Amino acid sequence: MRSEESKFVDHFRNAEEFLKDPEQARWHDRALWFVRQKRDTAAASVPEWEELRRAAETIKAHTLEHLGYYLERFEERAQANGIEVLWAEDAAEFRRLVAEILQRHGASRVVKSKSMLTEECGLNPHLEARGIEVTDTDLGERIVQLAGDRPSHIVLPAIHLRKEQVAEIFSSHLHTDPSNADPSYLTRAAREHLRRKFLEADAAITGVNFALAEEGAFVVCTNEGNADLGTALPDLHIACMGLEKLIPSARDLGVFTRLLARSATGQAITAYTSHFRRPKPGGKLYLILVDDGRSALLQSSRRELLSCIRCGACMNTCPVYRRSGGHSYGTVVPGPIGSALAGTRDPGRYASLPFACSLCASCDLVCPVRIDLHQHLLDERQQTIRVPEYRGKVRGLKAAAFLLRHPRLYRQSIAALRWLLPRLPRSLIYNRFNLWGREREMPSPAPRSFSELYQARQGADNER
Amino acid sequence: MRPTVALFVPCYVDDFYPQTALATLEILEAQGFRVEYPQPQRCCGQPFINNGLLDEGRAFATSFADLFEAYDYVVAPSSSCIGTAKYRYEGLLEPERHRKLAPKLYELCEFLHDVVGPERLRLEHPFPHRVGLHNSCHALRELELARPSELMIPHFSKIEAVLSRIEGIEIVHPERDECCGFGGTFSVQESAVSAAMGRDRIADHRRQGVEIMAGVDLSCLMHMQGLARRDGTPMRFVHVAQILAGRVDFE
Repeated sequence: MRSEESKFVDHFRNAEEFLKDPEQARWHDRALWFVRQKRDTAAASVPEWEELRRAAETIKAHTLEHLGYYLERFEERAQANGIEVLWAEDAAEFRRLVAEILQRHGASRVVKSKSMLTEECGLNPHLEARGIEVTDTDLGERIVQLAGDRPSHIVLPAIHLRKEQVAEIFSSHLHTDPSNADPSYLTRAAREHLRRKFLEADAAITGVNFALAEEGAFVVCTNEGNADLGTALPDLHIACMGLEKLIPSARDLGVFTRLLARSATGQAITAYTSHFRRPKPGGKLYLILVDDGRSALLQSSRRELLSCIRCGACMNTCPVYRRSGGHSYGTVVPGPIGSALAGTRDPGRYASLPFACSLCASCDLVCPVRIDLHQHLLDERQQTIRVPEYRGKVRGLKAAAFLLRHPRLYRQSIAALRWLLPRLPRSLIYNRFNLWGREREMPSPAPRSFSELYQARQGADNER
Repeated sequence: MRPTVALFVPCYVDDFYPQTALATLEILEAQGFRVEYPQPQRCCGQPFINNGLLDEGRAFATSFADLFEAYDYVVAPSSSCIGTAKYRYEGLLEPERHRKLAPKLYELCEFLHDVVGPERLRLEHPFPHRVGLHNSCHALRELELARPSELMIPHFSKIEAVLSRIEGIEIVHPERDECCGFGGTFSVQESAVSAAMGRDRIADHRRQGVEIMAGVDLSCLMHMQGLARRDGTPMRFVHVAQILAGRVDFE
């Protein structure tokens, strides 16, 4: 994974590849737009929806402003509750901590509910290399894991796969009938398979949706109850959270639980909103707070990105995401928020992502914490345009700027174009360098420009 | 004294769509304004600002302010160019200069709605057609000329309020108020996604039985027109200004 660090992610090429299967692309677009519509209906049912978004924005901004205070408070309260709190400065330290805890407790079979942080830090391969079996228990994540694939969406990890593909994956791993793609049949097979994993597990790993500083407690939201099933039996529970998951107290939680599921899937609330406050009797509860670049982000002009509650609404609404798929971004978190975050990590490698955006700003308006996503992407373009891959583009833009700043020269060029275009053979106009003409016909300049028509009109007026 | 309106004609409109600029001039005059077309006009700088080339952007912002800041109002048949000057010049012009310039800038329908008022509009040309309205992103989500579907606020549309004053017109809305995929240099840098987005918009309007699509941004319309022509899709494109001024000429 690290060796790819500097390899340029070409979103355009990846998107072009995705669109080569128009049937699949259309299905992907429609499936996610359907989720966006469910979000609209759910949001419309809350009269104070826009106020709620502003409240969430304010609470997050306040918490980030005083993050040091709230982190200390949280650690103190959580420890008083009997939770062992650990800190990891980066992904490597996090992986090491988790492996050590598991090895210390002799745990070799782990069930893990959804956590984008563990994806970000590459936890699974690290543990598997040490002989620890990790089972992702979220259905979508399990599908992706069995397929040896990666999630393409943070809430709907297997949205890039259709039920027929799931049937194939299950038939080779769970011995189901490959020709039966009935969702109930497949879900039942997954349930039986996961039940066994839950029963055998000797440790559970969960993510954290919200950590409550005042109470020293944390909340995990799932729709499948897999976090609860996972933590119910084993005596060992390791919860993992990025520093930004903190909110001041349980009093603020309602604002976020009301926004999260409505924004994510259009449900009023996630099916399970589980509160964890202390280890179970005789059990052990670890909570690992991971920085991995977050405190640097906190000090930068991109701080607002830490407000994200990972609902995925910006992905569902993004017309580019829906038509290019999550994998086209080459990141763990794709879509608008993923593009903005990637630029803060490795602007060179991810330079194409701020441009994988038509600046339509739809993401800003669905974001439950009102992050100005398109503004961040626009700002990041100032850095990313300087990569070697865009040297030609910059040269072209600078030439265009020169032309447009010199009206006489510009007029002459347009006049030349006006004369030339109708005389050139089609094959010469629609050459491979004409990126516009790949998909569309060129507009033709009018016989006379408005400036000329206006001049003629003024002349006529003056003669009268 | 009658207030003076300066007409801003986006660079590509001047050469490719002079009828729209002419229509804009005529509507403004018909409302009783003295309209000037100060010259030489240059690009608003949007392609450069949106690609992070702020030095170039600053040069265009400065020449825009030089040319237009003395006027009472600046009106253009484009929400994206006006949006650029209104919101993206911040930080490129001296703050005081930008603060004074920004409130004078109007997209045409916005001007007719906010300054003239839809009831007082003098519009003389009927347009007895079914027209699909393409709400461009800058109009919806930047200039806030209509309610975008994302926001849970009461419905409004300044564009529709103006356009519905036209006798005989039937305004039709597509199912999605989604981006058409033009996006400036996005249209070439991400041409595959851009084209897919545009084709989806056209198909959406076609499903509503629309054969004439109108909008306030010719850049969106130019992109979709190029796609429709390539595919042989029977859809005609027209700027709202041309309907308002009775200057629709479908070749």
